Amino acid sequence: MTRSGNGARWIWVFAVALALAVPWAFHNFQTGRDSGFVLSMLSQMGMMVILSLSYNMLLGQAGLFSLCHATFFGIGGYATVHFLNAAGAGSLPLPMEVIPLLSGLTGLGLALIFGYMATKQRATAFAMITMGIGELMATAALMFHSFFGGEGGVTTNRMIDHSLFGLTYASGMQVYYLILVWTLICAGSMYFLTQTPLGRMANATRDNYERAQFMGYDPRVVRFLQFSLSGLFAGVGGGLYAITYEIVTFDALAAPLSANALLMAYIGGTTVFGGPILGAVLITLLQSGVSLLSNSWLVYVGVLFISMVMFAPAGLSGLIIAHGPIAAAGRLRRLTVPYLRLVVPFLALVLGFVGLVELMSFLTIGAAQGKKLVLFGSAINIEATQPWLISVVCLLGGGAWLRWEARAFHRVWESLTADLKQRDRV
Amino acid sequence: MTALSLRDVRKNFGATEIIRGVTLDIQPGERHCIIGPNGAGKTTLFNLISGRFPITSGEISLNNTRIDQQPPHLINRAGLSRSFQITSIFQRLSVFENLRCALLWSMGYRYSFWSALWRQKALNEKAEFLLEDLNLASRRDIPAGLLSYAEQRALEIGMTIAGGASVILLDEPTAGMSNTETDYAMALIRRVTQGKTLLMVEHDMKVVFDLADTITVLVYGQVIASGPPETVRSSRAVQEAYLGALEE
Ligand SMILES: Nc1ncnc2c1ncn2[C@@H]1O[C@H](COP(=O)(O)OP(=O)(O)OP(=O)(O)O)[C@@H](O)[C@H]1O
Ligand SMILES: [Mg+2]
Repeated sequence: MTRSGNGARWIWVFAVALALAVPWAFHNFQTGRDSGFVLSMLSQMGMMVILSLSYNMLLGQAGLFSLCHATFFGIGGYATVHFLNAAGAGSLPLPMEVIPLLSGLTGLGLALIFGYMATKQRATAFAMITMGIGELMATAALMFHSFFGGEGGVTTNRMIDHSLFGLTYASGMQVYYLILVWTLICAGSMYFLTQTPLGRMANATRDNYERAQFMGYDPRVVRFLQFSLSGLFAGVGGGLYAITYEIVTFDALAAPLSANALLMAYIGGTTVFGGPILGAVLITLLQSGVSLLSNSWLVYVGVLFISMVMFAPAGLSGLIIAHGPIAAAGRLRRLTVPYLRLVVPFLALVLGFVGLVELMSFLTIGAAQGKKLVLFGSAINIEATQPWLISVVCLLGGGAWLRWEARAFHRVWESLTADLKQRDRV
Repeated sequence: MTALSLRDVRKNFGATEIIRGVTLDIQPGERHCIIGPNGAGKTTLFNLISGRFPITSGEISLNNTRIDQQPPHLINRAGLSRSFQITSIFQRLSVFENLRCALLWSMGYRYSFWSALWRQKALNEKAEFLLEDLNLASRRDIPAGLLSYAEQRALEIGMTIAGGASVILLDEPTAGMSNTETDYAMALIRRVTQGKTLLMVEHDMKVVFDLADTITVLVYGQVIASGPPETVRSSRAVQEAYLGALEE
């Protein structure tokens, strides 16, 4: 919660440099062509980073469990399609670079209305109202054709021929950099918000709703403002979505995307500002990478989510931060061997699980699609008992072994942290 | 002018009447202690004054303005601040942040999302100063939830007085503290409530007779005696109902 130290600052510099450079690592300098796959994946990451960070303004920072975050992302997207169409037709004289701001304002407008309703309630009632709002908007999207375009959604053309820098946005590279700049603006602003009186009081009402009241603050107003601002950023994300894909459908505001926002923020970690970024990047990688390899990628995301909830409720960033004190004391090396000992049983467990999931999936969906299960370059006969047997053995054996090793790891960890505490006291 | 005035205040929880017609006037600058056996309704009375629960009937005024229909945050803005018998702090925020939060409204920041906290020199200095005052400087960046019990109690007092309210309600601020801790806390309370109106619930009779200008004895939701310490100490009704029981 304090201002990030020097180490953290370098991580940010590195992350931005990486985001700037990655497209060029996949650029073919002989033919002058970009990698479309990489660019669209990176663009998607940008939007998802905005979505998950803005979701964490609620979940992590204000303790608000919202189930309708995609509503504001989606409305930003739909509105942007109309903005772009108007701009293309010449009736909206705005350059491309500032259009995402309009998308954000659309998100803000809707969040003001829904936030007013939802933040009157707390805890479970709040979650239920947001769920109702999400369903309401999803239904509306299918009913009001002139704005939402029904099942087919609405389409646009981003080449509106109006840019501050004379760009056409015909290439994915230009779009990516537009997204990157807006992602940085949004992330920067959201970080700034965490360092303001409102941001701090959002944390305070998360920790102790009641006490905030006896310090002059109306916690409902704090939450209402926080909710609205989070809608603003989600709207920007939706605008970038519309610009990238030039089509916005039901998917951009329906419940699965709201669930995704939750998933990304949680897996990345809600207790640190940057956690949701990690989650967004990881989930997008899985989505783009694993979904090419396997029909069952959602199963893996689900299992990852459940494991995080069970074993690492502070998310990936929380896991990393837990190593901070040990690293500061220069004892990180004492964890090397215990970690290495986790690797083999962990891989066995994963192999067994993935094997079973894939075998089952190929038994049903794969067969229908006429695909063959290929592993390590050779086709595998899914009717034979051997692959099933190996998977089960890996899963059970790996699981038992991992449990054993995890206990040993835990003991080392405990003794290390106990040592540190002892040292602190002296 | 009275700083705080209660007129025939009553409170029912369901069918049981817990506060049964309390009338009380507290003058500005007074150090007023409320004593009474467990379950007498002392905390409930604080909850009514600070707006945590609505009253069933009666009137409560702060500086001659009715506050009994107002929500807690408005009562606080009108100049009344309270602490909690069961420590109520922001567990995951650092000790420093807890104090800074307690200062924000009184220093006019309202719901600002455009001012950066790290640049607010006066605010930060005040929070640091409080931290020193509470003897918590060495715990500055620790999550408040990890403080020891006595430290949390000190923080609780600090958060209550931070906003500079003119009327301070402290609910058993020294409960569960050792003798040295109690002495330290009482010195602190004396210092920080200088020139303010203090209304305090306290079980420790030594503390009470040391500090109070006026003592009110509450038994079963009713005031059975109220006045200067000597008068209360020698009151028969009090001896019978309360003090006697303690001295046995
Ligand atoms: N929210 C509530 N609902 C129902 N009954 C309550 C509530 N709050 C307090 N009471 C009851 O009111 C009575 C007075 O409680 P209160 O906490 O005010 O006592 P107290 O004088 O502060 O006691 P102590 O010295 O133990 O702190 C108790 O019988 C308690 O059970
Ligand atoms: Mg009490």
